[in-house]
Order: sequence, then structure tokens, then C-alpha cells
Amino acid sequence: MIEARLHLPRDGFTLDVALSLPERGVSALFGPSGCGKTTVLRALAGLERAAGRVALGSEVWQDDAAGAFVPTHRRALGYVIQDAALFPHLDVQRNLDYGRRRIPPALRRIEPEQIVDLLGIAHLMRRRPDTLSGGERQRVAIARALATSPRLLLMDEPLAALDAQRKAEVLPYLDRLHAELAIPVVYVSHAVDEVARLAHHLVLLDRGRVVAAGPLADMMARLDLPTARGEGAGVVLDAVVAERDAPWQLARLQVGDGDFVLWARDHGLPVGSAVRVRVLARDVSLTRAPQTGTSIGNQLAGTVEAIADDEHAALALVRVRVGVVPVVARLTRRSAFALQLAPGQPVWAHVKTVALME
Amino acid sequence: MTPADWTAVRLTAQLAAWTTLLLLLVGTPVGWWLARTRSRLKPLWSAVVAMPIVLPPTVIGFYLLLLMGPQGPVGQLTQSLGLGRLPFTFAGLVVASVLYSMPFVVQPLQQAFEAIPARTLEAAATLRAGPFDRFFSVALPLARPGLLTAAVLGFAHTVGEFGVVLMIGGNIPGATRVLSVAIYDHVESTEFADAHRLAAAMVVFAMVVLVALYVVNRPARTDRSTAP
Amino acid sequence: MRSIASVFLACAAIAAQAGEVQVAVAANFAGPMASIGQAFTAATGHQLRVSSGATGKFYSQIVAGAPFEVLIAADDETPQRLLAKGHAVAGSDFVYAIGRLVLWSAQPGLVDDQGAVLAASRFSFLAIANPKVAPYGRAALEALKARGLSGALAAKLVTGESIAQAYQFVSTGNAELGFVAWSQVAVPGRPVPGSYWLVPADLYGEIRQRAVLLKHGQGNAAAIALLAYLKSAPARDLIKSFGYFN
Repeated sequence: MIEARLHLPRDGFTLDVALSLPERGVSALFGPSGCGKTTVLRALAGLERAAGRVALGSEVWQDDAAGAFVPTHRRALGYVIQDAALFPHLDVQRNLDYGRRRIPPALRRIEPEQIVDLLGIAHLMRRRPDTLSGGERQRVAIARALATSPRLLLMDEPLAALDAQRKAEVLPYLDRLHAELAIPVVYVSHAVDEVARLAHHLVLLDRGRVVAAGPLADMMARLDLPTARGEGAGVVLDAVVAERDAPWQLARLQVGDGDFVLWARDHGLPVGSAVRVRVLARDVSLTRAPQTGTSIGNQLAGTVEAIADDEHAALALVRVRVGVVPVVARLTRRSAFALQLAPGQPVWAHVKTVALME
Repeated sequence: MTPADWTAVRLTAQLAAWTTLLLLLVGTPVGWWLARTRSRLKPLWSAVVAMPIVLPPTVIGFYLLLLMGPQGPVGQLTQSLGLGRLPFTFAGLVVASVLYSMPFVVQPLQQAFEAIPARTLEAAATLRAGPFDRFFSVALPLARPGLLTAAVLGFAHTVGEFGVVLMIGGNIPGATRVLSVAIYDHVESTEFADAHRLAAAMVVFAMVVLVALYVVNRPARTDRSTAP
Repeated sequence: MRSIASVFLACAAIAAQAGEVQVAVAANFAGPMASIGQAFTAATGHQLRVSSGATGKFYSQIVAGAPFEVLIAADDETPQRLLAKGHAVAGSDFVYAIGRLVLWSAQPGLVDDQGAVLAASRFSFLAIANPKVAPYGRAALEALKARGLSGALAAKLVTGESIAQAYQFVSTGNAELGFVAWSQVAVPGRPVPGSYWLVPADLYGEIRQRAVLLKHGQGNAAAIALLAYLKSAPARDLIKSFGYFN
């Protein structure tokens, strides 16, 4: 467990959090600008001095009760920020070597070639940071942080300064990062899309307090959280590629152990691959009875579990249980009323194949 | 150029070299501290460092004369340490020059250090660099242009120094008779030819050193193309 | 119309009565000059505008056309050189004061009244004014030579750029003793601090301080009056009281 109890007065609010994050996977700290998520990250790193306790498993980095505080440079962590902060007077190779040289050989678990491959920066080694694009800089920054074989990787909105194209360029590397190295990541972001794509554990912050925390799937299925508002609302599902339909270039994804099956575009992943699927609430429509003659490729039988008001007065959110897996739909309140939707009621959820994102 | 003239040139060179060296050694930590401290005393210390710019050199020289004299605190210290007294010695000139040229070395260094973004140094900390390590491996290299400016200004300011030297030097040939004072003497005694000669020597000497400094510190050739 | 004219005339008359003199005075005589100036103004109504500084500098400035009307120099040569170059009025120069050299120390008991301390040489530094530019410096060297000590004490000499600076070296104790002007040490109304040896006049060439009317002041009645006043008895008494001889 990554444990942190932090208390720090700030302008406008007081940061007061207690976190228990899993030591595997990506934990996202999510919230609006100014909610304190960067401060939490900096306190975990020791760059800010909050009152409290920080421990990574059995390694205690801060314990005010015991008078202990490990300075940043003695914490086995990696830190990546929005604008890379590469050393301008060193080329990429030397930037990468900087941290690696400072850890004893015995602790060098990650090989440099592995990181360079992972982030695709082999061709940039002799370049100077000011000649790199934003996306390249971020990849180098991530590689540099990994080069110290950290036990924890902290990332503060690493994609925030990139345009959509560069973001799309870097995101796959972040995916692979988690897949290939067993290093836990704490990832700060205010972008739901990034969180939905990368996180396994989600902590919602607002004005210095933890509003909610838990596994990503559970959190995204809740109707009462800020994650259920806006265009990014929708569940995140873990699925396995069960079948590939070659003539139609579609893939059948098995969600969970039951009958929950989704047809999506075939992205070339072999059968048996684990994938993450996002089903946006706005792409889910509901009917009282199954439909025929519809172009919508996925029909799921489920039960209404909860209904809640959405941000806009005209809209409502409905959570439907398909087997044991939740799906969230966004409807007009008029439609919900017309369908006489109520918890416990059987419904059919429709999801367009085109709408599924992986 | 007479032997006396060459002696004056040599003394000036030695004075400027020692002063610049000592100021870089002392001024770098001072400039670093001023750049990074958040102490509330920072404005006070900045003003103290800047004082020699405000005070006329003869005023500085006069008060140094008092401080370093037999009744002054510095004089009593040096005497109790068995070092005698500082006025009328080359060492005394070095001490005075260091004080007089201090702001010209500390301020460029401070500005160079201030220009380094905090996040660059924080990044170094996250990459296992302790405070001294960060200073030598990141801060100093990034502050190099400031170091050059500081060295140039300190050197030039000391070569041109006159009032302070006048006040505590005693104009002793071979010890404290530097170029600026020698030229002044010649002018005062209407020995204009000698004055012209020495002034030319001073200019040539200073040019040689400054050009050398700038050549050695040319920025590295890098591919400055800016990619998107 | 006539009333305005008469007002103008009256003003002109008053202006003509109260003259003004631009005076360049050697720094070491600035103190006495202030007192003399006050007395002069009280006696004649003429105003003085006094600039004090190094005689050598005044020479350069006057040659370059500075508007001084009277030069009260610290030496003999400068007025004579100005006369030779035609910047001063012939026949207007005279010696207004004679300086006395004194060997002085801020420490009581260091300097004996025979100057034997010099030969004993138990000190680190002996201050003098720069002989190349200051007459007191020249006189100091002459005195040392007369006593046969030039060679022995050469290494211990520290030179101040002016007699004032030589005095500073001694008064701050950095030079244990030095040759300064008696007028610097003998302040009216106060006992002489430290210890001293008034150097016998036969050991050095007379330090004559000469005043002269400059070309700019040629037509200025007030300037001429000032020079005359300097020779008068009240002025001479004042000068003596400040430690000069004449």
C-alpha cells in the first residue's frame, strides 16, 4: 500500500487527505484545477513539506510522529511534470544517464535499452532538449524518470501541455509503461479521458479533500460523482478479445464471466488479449423491449439499478446492471419518464459498435 | 616602457587576478544564497552587497583605512593573528578590491542563478541529486554565462580601480603602485608622455584579457533549429 | 520713465558697490580662507565664491579657461607658471604664507622634539605627501636628506597623493608618524594632539605659498581688493593663527 496522510494549509483551502493506494497499477488523482492534487503529488515526493505521514509499503518517507523526513533525493521515486524540465545543458543521452548514475549499480533494475525501446527515443539520443518537440520531450522526461529504477512513478499532468496529436502520440507509451514495468504510478490529471484510459484506481479531490476513492470501474459507474458529469461520463470495462470476425473486421469482446458481450472494431489484437473498453453514457440508449431491424450493433439485457439527475435539468443518468457489470446511460428526463424507468425494472441497453473506444 | 612601468602593469594584473578569483569563490555561494533564499532578510543582505556601488571609492577607502588601522577592529584582528596590518600592503589592496568589486561579481551571479527555474532543480532532486550535487551538476553549468559576466566585470572594475587604491595603497613602488595610480601621478606632475604610455598599456592589457575571456567562453555550437 | 531709469541706475550703483570674486584656493588653505573671506566680506561688502582643491588641478583648469579670478596656491611655482603663460596679471603675485613642516604622530610620546625618532627607525611606515606634486612632500625629502636618512628610510615611506592624505595616514595610525603641515596640526584654540617635532626651517627649502590675480579678474575691483586684503594686518594675523608664517 502507498499510504499518505497529509495536512497543509494553502491559499483558500486546507489540504487534508488520507490516501491508501494500491502498490500496483496506476492511481489517478482527479479533480478540478486548484483542488490540491499537484500539492499532494509534491508532498509525496518531498518537494513540499506537509504535516503527516508518507509510506511506500514498508519504506517510510515521512513520519512526523517519529520526526522522520527523507529528503526528495533519497526517495526511490521518479517524477514527471507538464513541461518535462529536461536539463538544457545536456543532450538526451546525458539527461537519461543523470539519474541512473546516481544510484548504486545494485539497485539498477531497469535496463536503459528497455526504457529507450519502451518510449521509442533511440533516435533522439544526441539531440539537445530545445530541439525536441513537446511530445518527444515528454517521452524523454518519462524515460529519464524511469532510468533511476524508481519504486514509484509520480506524474503531474504529463500530457496537459501537449496538443491532441502529441497526446495521441504519447498515450500508447504510457499504456505500455504500465504493462511492461511493474512500477506503481500516481497520475494527476483533470482530464477524464486520460484517467479513463490509464487508471486502475481513482481518487477524487476537491478543495483539498478526498471526495471519493476506489477502483476505477466502480468509481466511473457511480452517478453521484463529478466523473459522471460532462462528455466523459461513462463506464470503463475490462474485457478480453474472445473472437475476431475477419470478413467484417469486428472483434467480440467478453466482459466479465457472464453474457456481457460487446462487438467492437477489430484493432488487430489477438484473441485472448485484455482490453479496456469505454462506454460513454451518451452512446447508450435504453428500450423496454428488445429491438429488431436496428443498426445498433450491441443489445444488452439488464436491470435498472439507479437513476439520478444530470447536470442539465433536461437530462438524467441511469445505471443498468448487465449481469454484474454496470453500464451508464444518459437520457432526457422526459424519455425516462415515458419509459417509466424505475430501479429493479428490466431494460435493454443499446450501444453502437462504432461508439466503443479502446 | 620603463621597468617601473612594467612593475605597475604586473601589480595591476596580479591585483585583478587575485580579486576576481577570490570574488568568484566567495561570490558564488553568496549569489546562490541570495537567489534561492526566501528569508525575510534578503532585501537587507542584497542592499549590503550593493553598497559599494553607492559609496564613492574614496569613502570606501577612507573607512577601510580606519577599520584596518591599529585602532580599527580589522586592524586589531590582523595584528592579534600576527599578520601585521593591511594598509600599504598588496594584501590590503586585495581585501579592499574584493569589497569594492563585490556587487559587480555577486549581482550577475545572483541573476544567473535566479534565472534557473525551480522545477529544473527539483527535477534533479527527484533524480537522486543532493543539494551540493544539484549545485555543481545543474546550477553552475546553467549559470555559466553569468559566471563569465561576473568574472569580466570583477576584473575590469579592479583594473580601473583608483580611489580605493589611492586611499589605502600608499603608492609604494612594487607593492601598491598600480597602473591607475601611476597614471594619475604622471598627469598630476604634468609628465604627459608617461601618462599616455601607461594609459595605452592599461587599455591593451585589459583588451587582451577580456578578449581571451570571451573567446574561451563562446557558447557551444548546437543545432538551434526549433522543432514544433 | 525717469523714475524707472533712476531705479535702474540705483541698482547698478549698488551692484557696482558689492562685487564678487571667483577664488580658487588650495585645499590646505581652505580653512583659513573661510575665516579670511568672512572678514573680507564684513569689511568691504564684496562676496567670495570659493572653490577649493589641488593646486595642480587648478593650473590645468585655468589654462583651459576656467573663470577663476584669483588663485591662492599651495606652492610657489604654479602662480609663476601661470604668469609665464600669460594667464595671470604681471606684478600681482606675492607670498601670502609660508608653510612649516612638522614631523607628527598621533601617538603621544613617539616623536621627540629633536626628531631622533627618525634615526632610531623603530616604526613601520613614515608618511609623506607625494613629492612630485606637493611642496610639503618635497620638503620632507629635503629634510630627510639633510639628516642623512634618505636611504635608510626609503623602504618605509608611504606616499599620500596630497598633504591631506598624508595626514590621514598618520591620524588613523596606519603610518606611525609622518611629515605633515604645521597648519594641519596646530588648530587654533586646541592643544596639539599626539607628539611632534617642528622641523627647523634650515633643513628644507622654504614652502612659499603664493597668491596671484588671474587674467579673468583683471578688471574686477573686488578681486584686486581681496589680494590687497590678504596682505593687510588683520589677514596676516589670521593666517599666523592657523599655523602659517609670513
